[in-house]
Amino acid sequence: MINLAGRDILHDGPKFVLTGLGLGLLIGVTLSMAGVYRGMIADGRALLDNSGAELWVVQQETLGPYAEPSSLYDDVYRSVLTVPGVSQAANVTYLTMQVRSDREDVRAMVVGMAPGPAGTPGWPPYLVSGRQVTRSHYEAVADIATGFRLGDRIGIRRHEYTVVGLTRRMVSSGGDPMVFIPLKDAQGAQFLRDNDAVLQGRRRTAQNPAFNRAGAPAVLDAVIASQNVSRSVNAVLVTLKPGVDQADVAKAIERWKRFTVYTRAQMEAILVGKLIATAAKQIGMFLVILAIVSAAIVAFIIYTMTLGKIREIAVLKLIGTRNRTIAGMIMQQAIALGVIGFVVGKIAATFWAPFFPKYVLLMPRDSLIGFFVVMVICVLASLIAIRAALGVDPAEAIGG
Amino acid sequence: MSAHTLTQIPTDGIVIEGLTKRYGKGDTAVDALKGVDMYVAPGEVVGLIGPSGSGKSTLLKCLGAVIEPTSGRMTLGQDVIYDNGWRIDDLRALRRDRIGFVFQAPYLIPFLDVTDNVALLPMLAGVPNRESRERAVELLSALDVAHRASAMPAQLSGGEQQRVSIARALVSRPPVILADEPTAPLDSERALSVIRILHEMAHRFQTAVIVVTHDEKIIPTFKRMYHIRDGRTHEEIGEGREIGATLNV
Repeated sequence: MINLAGRDILHDGPKFVLTGLGLGLLIGVTLSMAGVYRGMIADGRALLDNSGAELWVVQQETLGPYAEPSSLYDDVYRSVLTVPGVSQAANVTYLTMQVRSDREDVRAMVVGMAPGPAGTPGWPPYLVSGRQVTRSHYEAVADIATGFRLGDRIGIRRHEYTVVGLTRRMVSSGGDPMVFIPLKDAQGAQFLRDNDAVLQGRRRTAQNPAFNRAGAPAVLDAVIASQNVSRSVNAVLVTLKPGVDQADVAKAIERWKRFTVYTRAQMEAILVGKLIATAAKQIGMFLVILAIVSAAIVAFIIYTMTLGKIREIAVLKLIGTRNRTIAGMIMQQAIALGVIGFVVGKIAATFWAPFFPKYVLLMPRDSLIGFFVVMVICVLASLIAIRAALGVDPAEAIGG
Repeated sequence: MSAHTLTQIPTDGIVIEGLTKRYGKGDTAVDALKGVDMYVAPGEVVGLIGPSGSGKSTLLKCLGAVIEPTSGRMTLGQDVIYDNGWRIDDLRALRRDRIGFVFQAPYLIPFLDVTDNVALLPMLAGVPNRESRERAVELLSALDVAHRASAMPAQLSGGEQQRVSIARALVSRPPVILADEPTAPLDSERALSVIRILHEMAHRFQTAVIVVTHDEKIIPTFKRMYHIRDGRTHEEIGEGREIGATLNV
């Protein structure tokens, strides 16, 4: 038996391919949206992986340091180090801000990393060029997504830093590339005020009789000095000795040191379940709308194509063609349209994904699910056209 | 001019007795056919002539098993196909295997080439593709369009398209062909060519052919005609004028 659908497609090849191309671009957008969502999750996981931590010690009853503000004294890490099972503990600060360069400002997450040997939690685990930060101040390692180059001078708040190393895939949960600077500099950038604010603060403190007591000038100096020293960090990153249970150590730190401690699994749940959840719902809504739009377009195209063949369908029915042959022809065309659309969409999404400003992760599993969804949509969309075709009266082929 | 009576009709061909068709019910009912009697012998081409609204198309649709008559009797060869109700379960198969259709416009399937347009019917009936195409090519040769076998319908002239549609109607070797104004869009020469082909094919395959027409050019070619007026048929003897040289069949 001749494949009527295939013959019709070949006969109307350019029109069919162009239609598939249009549908494919829509499917490409849908796949890209799914890729954006996967990219957000991948960014979140990369953030956790790259921190090198197994436990996150944060301010009590906060979801810090990524999902909520968290502030700890910067000597907390010393006491954490005394907890049995802890191998390393290092302070870290995170601050998303504009980083200036000669070429352009870049939105980046500035990470303050504690001094120590390479491999200290919070440090970039690998470099693609240059070296790690070796000085206490004014050096930086940047993710290549910032566009910075080795030797670039970049501005963070009041100070300039030299880019000495470049790394890759070091991003915040929001996809902003990271810039690593020494902890002291980061604390200054995050917590210190500008000169005018410092002067006003000193004046106000001096006007307070509780601090500026006659006969006790050292009190005012001490208070002012304490106001201008930053002793805060956002979290303490902890690594454990081999074979130690994360939950046991976390429980011990929480109990004896009175902080909130998250394990890797808990932190991932916070990132994916809370931080990314709203964005995920947003993207989910987009996906649903795009699926409906795709279905409507496929239905419209197939319906229009079918209406254009009403006379031929009437003739086919009159000469004895079975309904299932006609329905099969329409359904095969819808499926062929879907296959063309999916292939075009997949190629388009793969091609344009690297040009997105944030990470777009196209997973084979999503593509497979997408393919089946497209097929289901095409089959369902063809039902309207099939209904119209089966409703054609064969008598329409006969005049009168 | 003389009328045949039903007692004279042969037992094969297509025979219609007292066929009626009523559209609607009650006060709004319209009787399109009020007792049609006609027969067409195998190998015979009969004209069905009448003004607009006389019931030609309704009769054709009843004969083609597209709409159900209200009452009467139709036999095709030895088989009663309608006797106050359909006597055949699968009307689709009846149309596919035992009735050929030729339309006013050829209505070829635009995405199939000439051979497959003709071969489609046997393929639908389950005949292997190769055998179906061989049958199609044989008929196309008989109708002198074999040289266009691989052309698409849009590449054919109107006359060629109509010959292909005749080949399609004949390919299943049906005992009856219903031709609805088959020469309407054609000029005189092509119209006569088409009607000559129908005569020759009817003779060659012993097919009963009913040609619905208004076309004054072809009416003189019928030896026998039925005039239909107000839902009733009246048989007439026609001129049966020779059309000219026969085709190479």
